[in-house]
Amino acid sequence: MSRRQIRDAIAQAWWQALGAAGLPQQRWRSWPRWTRRGVKAVVALALGLVLVALFGVWKASALAVAAVVVLVVVPSWSRLTVRGLPVGRWIAPLMVLGIAIAYPYYLGSLPQLPVFGPFPAVSTMVVAAIFSMMALGLNFVVGYAGLLDLGYVAFYAMGAYMAGWFASYQFSNRHVNLGAVGLDQGWAGLHFSIWLILPMAGIATAIVGVIIGLPTLRLRGDYLAIVTLGFGEIMPQIARNGNDLFGFNLTNGTGGITPIDGPGFGDGFVARHLHLPANYLLAANFDAIFFWTAIVLVLITVFCSWRLRDSRLGRAWVAIREDETAAAAMGVPLMRTKTWSYATGAFFGGVAGAYFATYNSGAFPDQFFFNISVFILCMVILGGMGNIWGVIFGACFLAYLNQEGLANVGAWINGHFDTNIEVPNYEYGIYGVIIVLVMLFRPEGLIPSRRRAAELHEGVEDEPFYDVQQGGLPEAAG
Amino acid sequence: MSGVPGGALLETQALRKEFGGLVANHDVDFVVPYGAIVSLIGPNGAGKTTFFNQLTGVYKPTSGRVFFAGEDMTGKPPHAYTQRGIGRTFQNIRLFQNMTALENVLVGMHTRLQGNIFEAILRTPRVRAEEREARERARELLEFCGLVRKDEVIGRSLSYGDQRRLEVARALATRPKLLLLDEPTAGMNPQETAEFTTFVGRLRAERELAVLLIEHDMKVVMGISDRVTVLDYGEKIAEGTPAEIQRDERVIEAYLGSGAVHA
Repeated sequence: MSRRQIRDAIAQAWWQALGAAGLPQQRWRSWPRWTRRGVKAVVALALGLVLVALFGVWKASALAVAAVVVLVVVPSWSRLTVRGLPVGRWIAPLMVLGIAIAYPYYLGSLPQLPVFGPFPAVSTMVVAAIFSMMALGLNFVVGYAGLLDLGYVAFYAMGAYMAGWFASYQFSNRHVNLGAVGLDQGWAGLHFSIWLILPMAGIATAIVGVIIGLPTLRLRGDYLAIVTLGFGEIMPQIARNGNDLFGFNLTNGTGGITPIDGPGFGDGFVARHLHLPANYLLAANFDAIFFWTAIVLVLITVFCSWRLRDSRLGRAWVAIREDETAAAAMGVPLMRTKTWSYATGAFFGGVAGAYFATYNSGAFPDQFFFNISVFILCMVILGGMGNIWGVIFGACFLAYLNQEGLANVGAWINGHFDTNIEVPNYEYGIYGVIIVLVMLFRPEGLIPSRRRAAELHEGVEDEPFYDVQQGGLPEAAG
Repeated sequence: MSGVPGGALLETQALRKEFGGLVANHDVDFVVPYGAIVSLIGPNGAGKTTFFNQLTGVYKPTSGRVFFAGEDMTGKPPHAYTQRGIGRTFQNIRLFQNMTALENVLVGMHTRLQGNIFEAILRTPRVRAEEREARERARELLEFCGLVRKDEVIGRSLSYGDQRRLEVARALATRPKLLLLDEPTAGMNPQETAEFTTFVGRLRAERELAVLLIEHDMKVVMGISDRVTVLDYGEKIAEGTPAEIQRDERVIEAYLGSGAVHA
């Protein structure tokens, strides 16, 4: 049954019900639009309450009914405008956001899924949100500007170590406290507030991005990929061997920097009255507040992605991706524009890295292997290069598989087939297969970007005059 | 704006390009006066596009200099040429295939817009006004070039003739003083070619542009050019008014008379 048929059936039922209530169709239509909308909303709410009362809130059947209703109703709202503002377009994203924010509350009442087992824990969701942010950062470079970056982990590492340096006991001969929370008696080292460190990490990482970018971004395609791969290896090596840089202990070597302070709002007047958590690490709903904060960070990243996509700079990025020579001939300065994409991507990678470090309360060099770069790249490719929602979906899905999904599936397989396969050990093989399948069957990603979608669905508007495509012309070059 | 050498809009002095042992351009001296329509003709492989690419910074000359409006542009990157006022089209259409017609034109305006990354994120009133104005101007340009109601069409979905028109619109969006057209009528039928010739005439009249044209269609070249330059094996073999060129024996031997009039 198509979505349209379902909608028609529901409409049919609606008119029947109205007629039974003594309200024929003509009279209903004569009412002002807002009255009709109001009545519809009240009825929908009442139906929802009935569902809640009959089935309990988060039972699978009620969820399924709600999902059907949403699928049928939301598309017809998407063109809704209020005084010229496209309110309708916000409904679906806001619903997703609401469902995400409430996740820690209803997680306990969610049913077990077949094969995949229980829904992901909140801690997994934190990781998924952080990876979403990193993937969105990488999307600036790979998705928008079309530069293949195989060393993104370098930015993640830089961000994590920024948190390590400025919010731990690492430099214990210094005593600086700038708004940090949860310090012991007799603390030492640099202790900045995490809220300060996040932008600091972003900016420092962006500067590293520019430093890496300036010599490398002159290269095209494969060469750029190889050089970024090199930088992605250099950074973790510095981290691993940085316990004795000319006698200075920068990174504490393989031991990593730990513990790192948690974020928190302290117990000042404002924080107390707004009920903001004083110290995340001591809070009872530790994972939930880290999750909500991560959502805020992701939202900021989405906002920037979205604004930049439709800006002068965003257009220049896409132009470079499409045709570098033509972009340069149209006045786009290649180096500067590419460097901006690199710096922007690095900024968000750095912020995400710093946040991850404070969540893990540590920055360890073995977190920063090459495979993380590939992992994040997979998220971007799987979801759909250049599409914000696609990238977030790809990031959440792969992060979930990495954290829980594969282990759950493995347990299910072993339980049902009497085998003893350690599925998570084949993690990267499985990601590889996923990427190969996506590349073969849906190269534009699961949720393709608007450009790709338009291209696929609108088709060719009118036939070319002659059957001449680019490159099909006789090469009469002078 | 009188330029230091000569006072021409564009001037090259002994421009030379070598690819390995091959001399693609052999010390070419060349001038485009303000407001003129100049054509560059020659047999295939004569070095015309190579010459073009040196006038737009795509290639760096092996030796010699390029002056634009009196400024020495030799060795500068392509976007600097665009910034100073050279717009161009490509021999094989090079649109941004997956961007809409409007976005293609907006990219052309890159150097004429100012919004930076922070303003773009905050969408300050200045950027908002600038964007609105740019879109308005882009629509006007599309209309001027004969692309009516094609704003939202993806580049690759446009018909061949429209793609050529869009390339010109995009080049005009850079606000050029000199427009370089590389075989603009290739693949057009006679009627479209005639329309295009009129269009180039209009460009000069209404936009005060100088136009430099690479063209094989002699009707177009002889019809609209003020001056014609002929290249053969990378060397300039003749220069003058269309009438002079048609009488020039070397040109007839190398190009016009050799049966390659419509290459």
